[in-house]
Amino acid sequence: MMDQGARDKTASGQEVSREDELNEARRAFMRNIAAASVISLGGGLTLFTVGGSQAQAKKPEEPLDPKKRWGMLIDTTKCSDGCQKCVDACKQENGWEAEPHSPHDVQWIRKVNVKDPATGFMMSLPVMCQHCANPPCVDVCPTGASMQRADGIVRVNMHICIGCRYCMMACPYKARSFVHEDIPEEKKRFHAPMGKGCVTSCDFCAHRVDAGKIPACAEACPEGAMLFGDLNDPNSALSKRLKGIPSYQIREDLGTDTGIRYTRLP
Amino acid sequence: MRALGKYVAAALVTGVLGVGAMPAATMAGEIGPKVPIDKSKGSCVLPGKEMRRVHMDILKHRRDLTMYQGIRGGKQALEACLTCHMVKDEKTGKPVTVASPKHFCRVCHDFAAVQPDCWTCHKSVPEAAVREAMIGPDGKMKASMMAQLRAFVQREHGGRK
Ligand code: HEC
Ligand code: HEC
Ligand code: HEC
Repeated sequence: MMDQGARDKTASGQEVSREDELNEARRAFMRNIAAASVISLGGGLTLFTVGGSQAQAKKPEEPLDPKKRWGMLIDTTKCSDGCQKCVDACKQENGWEAEPHSPHDVQWIRKVNVKDPATGFMMSLPVMCQHCANPPCVDVCPTGASMQRADGIVRVNMHICIGCRYCMMACPYKARSFVHEDIPEEKKRFHAPMGKGCVTSCDFCAHRVDAGKIPACAEACPEGAMLFGDLNDPNSALSKRLKGIPSYQIREDLGTDTGIRYTRLP
Repeated sequence: MRALGKYVAAALVTGVLGVGAMPAATMAGEIGPKVPIDKSKGSCVLPGKEMRRVHMDILKHRRDLTMYQGIRGGKQALEACLTCHMVKDEKTGKPVTVASPKHFCRVCHDFAAVQPDCWTCHKSVPEAAVREAMIGPDGKMKASMMAQLRAFVQREHGGRK
């Protein structure tokens, strides 16, 4: 803890560190709000999204349950052009920044607008790592850094990533990005480390899922358009929903068997 | 390099190397940098003497457990190490980052010329500590922080209308 006098001294003395502090303060402030909404969602053991999905709690110290396969259903009819809440939540949670359509910025999730040229029908949908059951990125990785966890989450073990970017080439969903620049300390997020020279991508918020929470994007969606859950559990809200309505995978023809499904895709 | 490092680590513990090189020895008969230790938050994963030799193995083991098994929390989590071993700047009271030679993980490493690359990705101060510095026990942003935020907004946007 510090006293006010000491803090003001730095404030007048060091411009840079003061701005960092302010940025940090804004982030801490946002996180506090986020934390409050998590608690109100159900005490941390069983969590419900707006849409009523349920993530079965895994205690942080427990190993992964290989019987699970995490997945998500995205309802594109609820998803509107211009809404970036899931993207913003991901940036906030995982500490990345990207200009829209930048060819070199890190990007974990993006909004894509598609149009049927024949009819003019438009729709907007979020695209991130599809957490394939047969992930091409894992097949091509020469070091084993591109990996699939027992619970189906596909992620990069950056400790053994050599930055060759084969996985980026192999991914049909353009889900991965390369970190081109050093990330300054104040922009780093403790639970989503990434650094220059390695590939990074959506990890389904593994740090949250491992503690029994749902990914930040699903939690942030104001329409409840993102339903997260266990595809292998026939009683999960996700499985029940999938049983009742038609849903689609992007590039189903490739046989990647994605964990993320969309409904009302044309 | 790794094997050599082990000898250096052993030497640090037994005091074979660098006699008189460091002005401040921690305990009688021990040579090496003075490591800042705060025992108020509880004991380490292993006794201090063992930690000096095996902390890198603990970290690497834990790293794999987290990556492949999703195991988190507890004393071996990197965030826990950094929380217990947080060093605060005397002037500002803010936890120091690895940019400072006073950072717990740098004290010995600088001395033994070890440069792990962990901090290109990992944050070197726990986020909870940063939050604690900004947010008061009542859950609201501290008055001093608010004042700074206001001053910042004033400086950035005040003159422009
Ligand atoms: C609950 C608080 C706590 C946690 C968590 C913790 N430590 Fe410690 N650590 C201590 C204390 C207290 C000592 C001093 C122990 C002694 O002297 O016997 C210490 C000693 C050490 C030392 C030896 C320092 C010296 O020269 O005497 C190292 C190295 C170390 N810790 C590294 C780590 C690492 C790495 C982690 C995370 C895997 C970690 N510690 C987690 C409290 C903690
Ligand atoms: C008591 C002194 C001391 C402290 C404190 C200390 N280290 Fe070390 N550390 C060493 C020495 C000496 C080595 C070199 C031994 C070797 O290479 O095997 C080392 C090696 C390492 C390595 C392996 C480097 C490599 O190239 O293989 C890692 C990782 C590491 N330390 C992490 C940490 C972290 C993280 C902290 C802070 C929580 C920390 N250390 C605090 C003395 C210390
Ligand atoms: C290229 C980026 C990168 C580098 C460099 C890196 N890590 Fe990591 N590390 C990660 C990622 C990503 C995770 C997974 C974080 C998560 O899922 O919460 C991680 C997780 C860990 C964990 C488990 C987290 C926990 O709660 O305990 C440990 C321990 C760890 N790293 C240690 C190290 C050590 C020691 C070094 C330096 C020798 C290092 N890492 C270097 C990216 C990196």
